[in-house]
Amino acid sequence: MDLSPLYVSLKVAFSATAVTVLFGIPAGWYVFKIKRFKGLIDGVFTLPMVLPPTVVGFFLLTIFGRNSLIGSFLLRFDISVVFTWIGAVVASTVVAFPLMYRTVRGAFEQFDINMIYAARTLGIAEFKIFYKVVIPNVLPSIVAGTVLSFARALGEFGATMMLAGNIPGKTQTIALSIYTAVQAGDKAKAYNWVLIICTMSFTSMILINFWNRAQEKRTAKRGDI
Amino acid sequence: MSLYVNIKKVMGNFTLEVEFSANNEITALLGASGCGKSMTLKCIAGIETPDEGTIVLDGRVLFDSEQKINLSPQKRKVGYLFQNYALFPNMTVEENIGIGVISGKHERKEAVEEKIKIFYLEGLEKKRPHQLSGGQQQRVALARIMASEPDIIMLDEPFCALDSYLKWQLEQKIMDSLSGFQGTVLLVSHNRNEVYRFSKTVAVISDGRVETVSEKKSLFAAPKKLSAALLTGCKNISRVEKLAEHTLRAVDWDLELHTEKGLSDEIKYVGIRAHYLKYTEREDLHNVMTCEVAKVIENPFSYIIMLKNKSGKDDNSQIRWEIDKDLWRDISVKDSPIRIIFKEEDLLLLE
Repeated sequence: MDLSPLYVSLKVAFSATAVTVLFGIPAGWYVFKIKRFKGLIDGVFTLPMVLPPTVVGFFLLTIFGRNSLIGSFLLRFDISVVFTWIGAVVASTVVAFPLMYRTVRGAFEQFDINMIYAARTLGIAEFKIFYKVVIPNVLPSIVAGTVLSFARALGEFGATMMLAGNIPGKTQTIALSIYTAVQAGDKAKAYNWVLIICTMSFTSMILINFWNRAQEKRTAKRGDI
Repeated sequence: MSLYVNIKKVMGNFTLEVEFSANNEITALLGASGCGKSMTLKCIAGIETPDEGTIVLDGRVLFDSEQKINLSPQKRKVGYLFQNYALFPNMTVEENIGIGVISGKHERKEAVEEKIKIFYLEGLEKKRPHQLSGGQQQRVALARIMASEPDIIMLDEPFCALDSYLKWQLEQKIMDSLSGFQGTVLLVSHNRNEVYRFSKTVAVISDGRVETVSEKKSLFAAPKKLSAALLTGCKNISRVEKLAEHTLRAVDWDLELHTEKGLSDEIKYVGIRAHYLKYTEREDLHNVMTCEVAKVIENPFSYIIMLKNKSGKDDNSQIRWEIDKDLWRDISVKDSPIRIIFKEEDLLLLE
């Protein structure tokens, strides 16, 4: 069996998750802190979650197409987004981003604002407050957001199909290869990939539960003196 | 070393407009909840920005709306003890205390060790905040503030979250630890007893305004404003109608009273503290009221008797009288009606 869909899927999902984490945390922090246009910016950031993936893909195609401003600019550096694995990463990132952003923003909103105020009056610089006080205290939510984003990126179908296409060995992820196999009537192949993706998703969920349990134990242990 | 505050901030239909100064001592801001005490502290700390005004600390301008000066909280050197202490749960006691120390690693270690000693925290260095009792958490918060070397310390309702049976001891411990501090201390509280125990000067805040600033003894002995009388615990207050230079009618009690001091036109209320009312058998004296007992409430060491003017109207307000248990036992068995005297020197004349 050709294992390239597994390889493509993992490459795309891991890259997309990394980018999502990188942008999702600051985005959550930013929207949490701003006062004006909060609703508007939140709406824009959440949109990919509520739009049909094909619509997201359509927008991305418009933005990154060879004739578009960004697309032609990127082509000068020999970077092509459409019909490449980079396109699959872009599509997965955009679709997974709202999950990360919303989880993290929620955690910031739950966070005791007095801790930030106290840190400020203690003379701690804003950046240090962020990574020494805020981030460690919202870490469980960051982990949860990361896992959700990864799962979403791994299962991405619609937007990827629109932007990156379904090129075996290049952009064909597991989700796309299942679709192709069913279309071609290759049930055995479809079953195989379904089994693999179920195992992967299930394992990641088990792992996250395991981690959560360990966290709870740690706090419980700290709790009793 | 001193603090001068003169700020205005409008929040919806609430306007905070406070002006006061505090010297190098403990100054209390006394006020009911929601009167703007905490907001005042937040403005001083730079957490909130006033609409206009100035804040000057030891000659340093922290905020000046006209000169467009607004120092960041980091630069103000203001220590703020939050009601919930706001300790960092991810750090140990040591780390919490050390995080605000600016100097090098070695000095930080020394500063932390010193604060641990002063605030009775030995043995707790490696613990995390949720492993500590409320009192310990509070001392860590204070130690953390002191380690950052502030010019002023502001305590926001510092004792209201402590268990009452330990409160006394913890209060004393905290104030002991603070005694080494050279700068201004602002204590925000709605509890008149705390304020009396710990501060020298008291600013009474009511509805977003500073009503009076006075030395605590004179404030409790002779509050000049209605809000000050209420906040210092005066339970009996009536509107007045001036009859003559030294005579007034307490409208809510339907009672004529003679006063020691002359009545100015500003006097709108008269008050008397519940334990200053005295029993008398004589009816012929000034300022005596013949009463009906409306209710008797038993306290551990005293009775609170709610009284009504016998010859007054039905809608007169009740008068609260606090009396020792022994005295009340003697009085309550007598046949004659209860008479209480409002001594001239104990009357509070209020604006």
